[in-house]
Amino acid sequence: MSSNQTPEKATGLHIGTPAPGCKKTNPMLVIDHVKKSFGGLTAVDVEHLEIPTGAITALIGPNGAGKTTLFNLLTGFDSPDTGTWSFQGTSLSGVPSFKVAQMGQVRTFQLTKALSLLTVLENMKLGAKNQAGEGLLKSLIPSIWRKQDQEIEVKAMELLKRFKLDTKKDDFAASLSGGQRKLLEMARALMTDPVLVMLDEPMAGVNPALTQSLLDHVLDLKNQGMTVLFVEHDMHMVRHIADWVVVMAEGKVVAEGPPSTVMKEQAVIDAYLGAHQDTDLGVVTGRITIVDEGDK
Amino acid sequence: MNWGQIFSNTLESLLTPTTLAYALAALGLAMHFGFAGLLNFGIAGFMAVGAYGYAISVLTFGLPWWAGMLMGVAASIVFSLIMGIPTLRLRGDYLAIVTIAAAEILRLLFLTTAFEPVTGSADGLFGYNNAGGFNAANPFPPGSYGFGPWTYNAEKLWVVTFGLIILALCVFLLWSLMRSPWGRVIKGIREDEDAVRALGKNVFAYKMQALIIGGVFGALGGIVYAAFANVSPGVYVTSLTFFVWTALLLGGAATIFGPVVGSIIFWVLQAFLTNVLPELAVNGILPISGTQAATIKYILIGAGLMLLVIYRPQGIFGNKKELTFVK
Ligand SMILES: Nc1ncnc2c1ncn2[C@@H]1O[C@H](COP(=O)(O)OP(=O)(O)OP(=O)(O)O)[C@@H](O)[C@H]1O
Ligand SMILES: [Mg+2]
Repeated sequence: MSSNQTPEKATGLHIGTPAPGCKKTNPMLVIDHVKKSFGGLTAVDVEHLEIPTGAITALIGPNGAGKTTLFNLLTGFDSPDTGTWSFQGTSLSGVPSFKVAQMGQVRTFQLTKALSLLTVLENMKLGAKNQAGEGLLKSLIPSIWRKQDQEIEVKAMELLKRFKLDTKKDDFAASLSGGQRKLLEMARALMTDPVLVMLDEPMAGVNPALTQSLLDHVLDLKNQGMTVLFVEHDMHMVRHIADWVVVMAEGKVVAEGPPSTVMKEQAVIDAYLGAHQDTDLGVVTGRITIVDEGDK
Repeated sequence: MNWGQIFSNTLESLLTPTTLAYALAALGLAMHFGFAGLLNFGIAGFMAVGAYGYAISVLTFGLPWWAGMLMGVAASIVFSLIMGIPTLRLRGDYLAIVTIAAAEILRLLFLTTAFEPVTGSADGLFGYNNAGGFNAANPFPPGSYGFGPWTYNAEKLWVVTFGLIILALCVFLLWSLMRSPWGRVIKGIREDEDAVRALGKNVFAYKMQALIIGGVFGALGGIVYAAFANVSPGVYVTSLTFFVWTALLLGGAATIFGPVVGSIIFWVLQAFLTNVLPELAVNGILPISGTQAATIKYILIGAGLMLLVIYRPQGIFGNKKELTFVK
């Protein structure tokens, strides 16, 4: 596998100069005026954002920037105060989370949600969509679902092999380590045959050796035609696999562009990489207007 | 002390309409709590709905026994919908509060004199097994059946047979459901409903289905009980709910046969204590009066429930890894 050399990056994703809210040639997600406040705190305030199709987009930003909240809004786990967003041209405002997932937009959670008292294999099989045996009446007649269940099991075992969890298939998910649970959650999400995979910090707590193989998995998703949107704090990983980077701070999108250029931008360095730790984040997001020393 | 009588009475409770009714109700709680993670503290309410639904349909509306029983089941479905629609979207503890309150409200409605012509108020209802033709449907000719402690007259044999058939059907239904992909979704919801939602499953609909199915089992428990005894509001009290919980936890909450075996053990123990404690008191072995001995039974059962939950939360049949209270 192409482990150590830089993978091929998707290009020609955007129209015009890369700036916050710039148009994409083929957007999968289009977000408009999405705003969410918790009490007095504005957690997310995105004017306009498009996520390109068929590429790996990284969403970065400091702790509390609103990345997870944005994920929750986009997947229907939370509802915004205002705003609209669409997935492959279909508006998702007010659509419940399970329907969003059925449409092919699947997510993982920052705090891993392994189903502890189900076995690893049961966790995986739960992910498969359109199971006849999940209907109350059809479930009573095994001949209706047995064949499909076996097919699902084959698929689950293939994925488990790829994620090196196949030897654990009969163990309760509760017995997995933290990193293994991350892997299981990602593999389970893939069981749904998603179009868009949204991963919230997939690498957190995963050891370096495994990180490499996880990176390959994520790249593999792109090669299989899926679109990936992921939140990550590991800049090496972002540089390595992302085709596009969106930077958030204090709920706003402060920069976006290809990783090679966006991570050199002053706004990003200020907001995230911490070169100017004495600068208030509000300066970057425009909450605080800069008073030039000379004006005094 | 008359040990022969004590043991005979104890063994008799292995197979009685009451034991079967408890087993059905505990099976309902297994569906609710053991598999779907729904905290239902109002199982007595479901039993009451089944029993009153049957008795009122026969006595007030003149339906035949089988139609009355179906009405009891239908009423429990309505009861589940009324409780589930507002609460299943909320966190699990809210369902617990609503079910315990709903069961009490229901009991008080049956108890109040306002509806006495229909509910019989404190006297309850009786005579419906004759009026609806349940007794007439008895296929066993009059006589004495069985042997030893399990000697039944034709009437009791019919109720026990009827209860056993219903219980067997419900056990089979629960087993079929829980080995299927439907059961997998239900168990997933018990673990983490957001994770299941993120995989595209309509969690609310599944929880509602589980609430209804468990509720129907509970109602059938009430019906089997009513097929033998009278329907009386004094039966469907909160302590009934906790006795059924004890039976469930004895056997194992997330198991199919646990609730059945748990109910049997519960009633055998209960019968043993009922018979042995007063004997001990009368013979001066226990320094208490006969009436006190009857009360001590409930204290022992309560203490037993506590010990059970602390030291063997998974019950007799459950495996320790599968269900522990403290996760
Ligand atoms: N349910 C909530 N109630 C109140 N405030 C919340 C809630 N969820 C998030 N917040 C606040 O919203 C802001 C954004 O939180 P969010 O979890 O989206 O950050 P994040 O970018 O994912 O950070 P991290 O990188 O640490 O995961 C934070 O200031 C947080 O305190
Ligand atoms: Mg986060």
